[in-house]
Amino acid sequence: MSFLEITRSTLIKDIRLEWRSKDAINAMLFFALLVVVIFSFSFDPDAEESRRIAGGLIWVAFLFAAVVALNQTWARELRNQVLDAYRVSPAPANPLFLAKALGNFIFVSILELLMTPLFVIFYKLRALGPAWELVPIALLGTWALVINGTFFAAISLRTRSREIMLPLLLFPISLPALLGMVNATTAVLTGDAPARFWIALLLAYDVVFTTACLFLFELVLEAE
Amino acid sequence: MKRGFTILAVVTAVLLCFGLYAALIAAPTEQTMGNVQRIFYYHVSSAWTAFLLFTINFVASIAYLLRRNTTTDIVALISAEVGVVFCTVVLVTGPLWARPVWGIWWTWDPRLTLTFALWLIYVSYLLLRRFSTSSQAAVLAAVLAVFGGLDVPLDYLAIRWWRGQHPAPVIGGGGSLDAHMWYVLLINVAAFVCLAWLLCIVRYRLEVLKREVEETQALESLMEAGR
Repeated sequence: MSFLEITRSTLIKDIRLEWRSKDAINAMLFFALLVVVIFSFSFDPDAEESRRIAGGLIWVAFLFAAVVALNQTWARELRNQVLDAYRVSPAPANPLFLAKALGNFIFVSILELLMTPLFVIFYKLRALGPAWELVPIALLGTWALVINGTFFAAISLRTRSREIMLPLLLFPISLPALLGMVNATTAVLTGDAPARFWIALLLAYDVVFTTACLFLFELVLEAE
Repeated sequence: MKRGFTILAVVTAVLLCFGLYAALIAAPTEQTMGNVQRIFYYHVSSAWTAFLLFTINFVASIAYLLRRNTTTDIVALISAEVGVVFCTVVLVTGPLWARPVWGIWWTWDPRLTLTFALWLIYVSYLLLRRFSTSSQAAVLAAVLAVFGGLDVPLDYLAIRWWRGQHPAPVIGGGGSLDAHMWYVLLINVAAFVCLAWLLCIVRYRLEVLKREVEETQALESLMEAGR
C-alpha cells in the first residue's frame, strides 16, 4: 500500500470509530462547554473587556478540551495490541502519524465550529479587525496544537500515569504557538494591531514541528 | 580520574571562596543600586552556566539519537538536571534583585520569560525521564530535548514581539560594565562552571553505578527465573 492509502484507511477507520462511539467528541464538547460557563461566571465582562480577554479564554478552552481527544488517540490502539501489529507490519510509521494528526485536527475543528457561536453569544463578541483572518488563525492554531499533541501523546503512552503526562510535555513546548494564537485572535477582535506577524509565527511553528514530527516519529513508535 | 577530581574540587573551592570575597567585598559598589547589585555576579554566572548546560544537553541528545551510546545519554541527563538547578538559581536571584531595583518581583520581560520557558521545558524533560516506563526512555527523552531545542528560537521570536509592543523596564545601565566588575564577574563565572562540572562528574559516576546495579539485579532475577 502506498503512503496515501495507509493514511486514508487509518483516517477513515478512526473517523468511523469516532462516529460510532462519539467518545472523544462528546467528552471534548462537554468539557469545553463547562470551561466556557465557568469562565463566564468568574469574569462576566462588558463588551470592551471581553474583546481583550476572549482570545485567551477561547484558546485555553480549546487547548484543555483538545487534550481529552489527544489522550485517546493512541490509547485506542493499545487494546488488542493494534500498535504492536502495526509495528511488525511493513507499513512505514509516518502515514499512521499523519492520519492520527489529521483525525485529531478534524475532531478539534468540529469542536471549534460548535463552540465558537457559544463564545460569541456568552461574551457578546464582535470583531473590530478583519474577521476573515480568524479562519487562517484557527486552522494554523489547531494544527499547531494537534501535530505536537499527537506526537507527545505517543511519547506519554510509554510513561506511568500517561493521561497526566501529555499536558505536562505538550504545554511548555506549545508556548510560542499559544502566544501566537491568543495574540492573533486578540489583535483581530480588538482591531488594535495587525495579526500578520502572529500568523507568520504560527505558520513557522507548524512547518518546523510538522517536519520534526515526521522525522522523529518512527523512533517514538519503535520505542516500546 | 580520582586525582583530576580532587584537583578540580580544590580549584572550585578556591574559586568559589575568592569569587564570594570579590563579589561581596572587593568589587566596587554600584552607584545607583548600591549593594543590591552584588547579586548580579551570582545571577549572571548561574545564567551562563545554565545556558551552557542546556546547550550540552541539546548536543548530547542529538549525538545520542545518531550514535546510541550510553555515555551521551547520561551526559544529556545530567546536564539537564544540573542545568535546571542553575536555572532555578537564576529565577530566584532575579526577583530578589528586581524587587528593590525595579520595584516589582516579576515582569514578563523577554529575557525573563524566555528563561522561564526554558526552565519549564527542561522540567518537563526531567519529568519524562522520571515517569518513563519504556526501556527506550533515553530515545524518548532525546526526542523531547530536540523538540525543546527547536522551540527556543520560536519562543524567542514570540516573546520578543509580544513584549516588544510595550515599553520594557529599564535593564541595569544599558549593558556597560566597569572593568573591575567584569573581572569579578569572570571569576564567578569560572567558579560556577567549575562547580557545575564537579556536580556533573559526581552525578555521572552515580548514574553509571545506578545503571550497573540495575543491570546486575536484572541479570540476577533472570538467573533466578532460569533455575
